Amino acid sequence: MSEIELSNITKRFGKVTAIDDVTMAVPDGAFVVLLGPTGAGKTTTLRLISGLEDPDVGEIRFDGRVVNRETPAQRDVAMVFQQYSLYPHMTVRDNLAFPLRSPILKTPEDEIARKVQAVADVLHIPHKLDNKATELSGGEMQRVSIGRALVRDPAIYLMDEPLSSLDAKLRADLRIELKRIHADIGATLLYVTHDQIEAMTMASHVGVLDEGKLAQFGTPREIYENPVNLYVAGRLGQPRINTLPANLFPGIPNDAVTIGLRPENIKQGEGQPAEVMRVEHLGDQTRLHLKLNGHDVITLAEVHTPLGEGDTIKIAPDNPLFFAANGQRV
Amino acid sequence: MAEIVIKNLRKDFGDFNAVKSSSFTIEDGEFFMLLGPSGCGKTTTLRMIAGLELPTSGEIYLDGEEVSQRPASERDIAMVFQMFALYPHMNVRKNISYPLVNQGWAKPKVKQKVEEIAQILDITDILEKPVGGLSGGDRQRVALGRAIVRDPKAFMMDEPLGALDAEFRERMAEELRALHDRMNATTVYVTHDQLEAMQMGDKIVVMNHGVIEQFGVPQDIYDWPATMFVASFIGSPAMNFLRFEGEVTPQTTAIQMDGAKVSVPHQHGAASGKLVLGVRPEHVSLSDAAPYRARVLASEYLGTTQIITLDTGHGQIKARAPASDVARMDEQVGLTFNPRTVTIFDESTGRAIISEANKEVLGHV
Repeated sequence: MSEIELSNITKRFGKVTAIDDVTMAVPDGAFVVLLGPTGAGKTTTLRLISGLEDPDVGEIRFDGRVVNRETPAQRDVAMVFQQYSLYPHMTVRDNLAFPLRSPILKTPEDEIARKVQAVADVLHIPHKLDNKATELSGGEMQRVSIGRALVRDPAIYLMDEPLSSLDAKLRADLRIELKRIHADIGATLLYVTHDQIEAMTMASHVGVLDEGKLAQFGTPREIYENPVNLYVAGRLGQPRINTLPANLFPGIPNDAVTIGLRPENIKQGEGQPAEVMRVEHLGDQTRLHLKLNGHDVITLAEVHTPLGEGDTIKIAPDNPLFFAANGQRV
Repeated sequence: MAEIVIKNLRKDFGDFNAVKSSSFTIEDGEFFMLLGPSGCGKTTTLRMIAGLELPTSGEIYLDGEEVSQRPASERDIAMVFQMFALYPHMNVRKNISYPLVNQGWAKPKVKQKVEEIAQILDITDILEKPVGGLSGGDRQRVALGRAIVRDPKAFMMDEPLGALDAEFRERMAEELRALHDRMNATTVYVTHDQLEAMQMGDKIVVMNHGVIEQFGVPQDIYDWPATMFVASFIGSPAMNFLRFEGEVTPQTTAIQMDGAKVSVPHQHGAASGKLVLGVRPEHVSLSDAAPYRARVLASEYLGTTQIITLDTGHGQIKARAPASDVARMDEQVGLTFNPRTVTIFDESTGRAIISEANKEVLGHV
C-alpha cells in the first residue's frame, strides 16, 4: 500500500474547471472519503488518481514517485464502481480470480485459489463461489465486485459510490464490513460518496469538495464539530444545521453575519419565543419545526414531547458556530 | 376533499392473492401512508382506491358513496406519479390549466381558478415561465397544482420522491408536507421508505405479503409494533431481537437471559417456547456493572450520536449512544435495556405479546 499525494491539481473539461488547485494527501493505510454533491469533482479526482484522466496542472505522487505519465496498469490501482460489472458467464470463483490471471501478474494457480478463498471468507460469500454471477442477489454481486478489487494488492483501492445502488439494510451491513476489511488488511482506500452517513461512519479522513475545490480535509469529528465554512457545516448532520441571520440573537461577535445552530446548539426554555409549526415523530427522535421571527428552525425534542402545533417555546443558542459575510467561520 | 373507507378489500391476479381482506379508514384531510417492501400490495391498494384496478371483492367508500366497481374517470381522484412529469413544451400556467381546458371550461373561469391555485402554492410569480428552467421544488408545486386544480376528492401519490438523492428527497418531503398542510387535501401516499412514512404521515398502514400488519399513528407503530415484521421494518437501525427459550405468563415482570434478570413490562398475554425480546437501539445502554454481558464489535460515529454494534449470547445487537460515550473494540461491557420500552414476541406467530405497556396501542387487535 502507498501514500498518495495530489499537489496543486487542476483539471478542465473545455470551459468547465472540474478540479481547481486541489492539494491533498491520502496517508498510507487511511480510509479517505471524498464527500460532495453531484458535480463537486469527486469522481474526477478518482479518475485522475487512477490514470483514466490526466491533470492539466499539478503532480500526482505514489510514495513520492511522480505518476503523471504512468498508465493505469503501471500505477496499480484497484477500482470499484457503483454499477457492479461482473462477467455474467463466469462463476463467482472465476470472476474473483480474473484480475490475478492477468498476464502481467503471472500468479500461480494455487496462490490464486488461496487468495480467492480468503477474500470470499472476508466477504461472507464462500458458499457462492461456484454460482454463476447472474445467480446472485444485488448485494452479493456488489460484494463480488469489491472482492475482485480485494484479491489484488494494489497501491490503493479507489471506490466510486459502491453502495449507492443497494437497499438501506444491505448498505448498513456493507458499511460495517468495509470498515472491518479496511482495518483487517490495512489498505489505503479512497472512497467517493454523496452520502454523509457513509462519510461519517467509515472515514478516517473526510475531504469535502465544493465545485472542484477542496473545502476542508480532516477527521469526521473535525468536519462536524469544527467546519471552516458554511458549505462544509451543511454537509454533515441530520437534521441539517440551521443557518440564521446572526443579529436575531444578542451577544454575537462583531463580524458574524450568519449563525449556525445544530440541534445540540439550541437550548430550550430560555431566550426568544418561537412558534411550533409541526412536530415530526421519526421514532427514535422527534423533530420540532419552529418559526423564529419568520425564520425556519428545526431542532430535536424529547421523543414523547407534549408540545404540539401552535405552542410557543423559548430557544437560545448554546455554543453555536458563527460565519462571516463570505461564509467563512468567524 | 373526502373521507375514504376501505372494507375487506381483496385483489387476486389469477392464482396470486395480492391484497388480502384489508380494512381501514382514511379521514378527511389526512396524509395517509401505505408502507411496505416491494410486492406487499401497497401499490395495488392505491390503484384500487384510484379505480385503476377493480377489486376482486370488498368495498371502497368515497365520502360515504360505494365506488369500488366504478372506473377511475367517475371517482374524481387525482393521481400524482413522478413529481416531475410536466408537459415540457408548455409554461407553468398552461401546465396547470390543461386539465380544465381539457374538460371544456370557459377561459375566464380557467384563469380565475389557476390563479387561485397559484396563490395557495405560492407560484404566482412563475406562472408565465417555461417549466424547463424550474427548480425541483417549483416543479413539485406545479405538478401538485395541476393535480389539485380539478378539485379532486383525494390525491394518490405513488413513490413520488423515489428517484431523488437523499438530501434533496428530504427537502422535498418537508415541502410536500408543508404544502399538504396548506391545501388540506386527503392524500394517500405509497412508499417503501420507512423514514419518509414516519416523517410525512399522519397515519401509516404497514403491509407485508398483501396483509395489513399494523395501522396507526407513526410514533405508536414505532414504539409498540404489533409484529416482528413491523418492528424490523420501521426504524434504522431496526429493533434488536434477542431470541430465547422461555415462558411468559400474565404475572411476568422479568425474564432470565444468560443467568441475568432482565426487567420487562408487566405481561398480560401468555406464551412459551421460542420467544423474542425486542428492544430499540436507543433503549440499550452500556453500563459497566450490568450482569448481562456483551462484546463491542464496532462503533459508527454519527455526529450527535453513535451506533455501537455488540455481540451478545443472543446474537448481534445495536445500541444508539451519545457520541461522547467511549466504546473500545473488543471491550467487554454490561448492557441494560430500558424496561418500559421492551416488547416480547412469540416467534411462532411473529406477534407481540400484549403487556401493560403496549395494551393501549395493541389491546384492540
